Amino acid sequence: MKIVAICGVGLGTSGILKVNAERVLDRLGIDADVTASDAAHIEEAAADAQVVLTSPELVDRIGPTNADVIVVQNYFDLEELERKLDEALG
Amino acid sequence: MSLPPLPDSAITVGAHAGGWREAVELAGEALARSGATEQGYAQRMVQVIEEFGAYIVIAPGLALAHARPGPDVNSDGLSVVTLDEPVVFGHPHNDPVSVVLGLAVSTPEAHVTSVAELANVFNDPGAIPALAAATDIADVQRILSLSEENAAR
Repeated sequence: MKIVAICGVGLGTSGILKVNAERVLDRLGIDADVTASDAAHIEEAAADAQVVLTSPELVDRIGPTNADVIVVQNYFDLEELERKLDEALG
Repeated sequence: MSLPPLPDSAITVGAHAGGWREAVELAGEALARSGATEQGYAQRMVQVIEEFGAYIVIAPGLALAHARPGPDVNSDGLSVVTLDEPVVFGHPHNDPVSVVLGLAVSTPEAHVTSVAELANVFNDPGAIPALAAATDIADVQRILSLSEENAAR
């Protein structure tokens, strides 16, 4: 399973999403490959991903995709991430 | 694994900003003061927000300003600016912002380990309010290192 964390420049904020998503997936016992990408490469990055994690500000930049798009409000709230990932994957 | 260097010179406590742009510029000034970046890096952080919006406000009250690596980045670095009055960035959920972090990385790979450490600090929900209430530089250093110790337990 592939999960992509998207931010504007593919650094910093998507890195935090990636790290915290990995923690939550570990907790949920889900095996997934989480990568960080930027808005410019959103289409290719999301093409073969099951889940896209991003900010409410960037969600409109994601074009048509078969992936579940999860909008994360607080990147440091592991419970929010766990609830949303569990809904999408569980 | 550790946070990017955060020398005292990269910390500004209780600064006043007239808006999000000034707040990000303060974080950029702090990075330049510490030697991690040149002055121009601040405007590149502003441009990221102009281009992509306020997505860098990643938690209530906290903005993580950053730009891509470039020739204006001398070394990996972090800056912390706390504001006397919170400012609005235009984020649908996490405004207003009272703590702005500035992040500079010299290579795209460098960010992975440093942001992992940031997550350790800020996954503690008390860290942002504590930083916002910090009264001096030592307070800021203590909060960041205390949170780090807590995460290691």
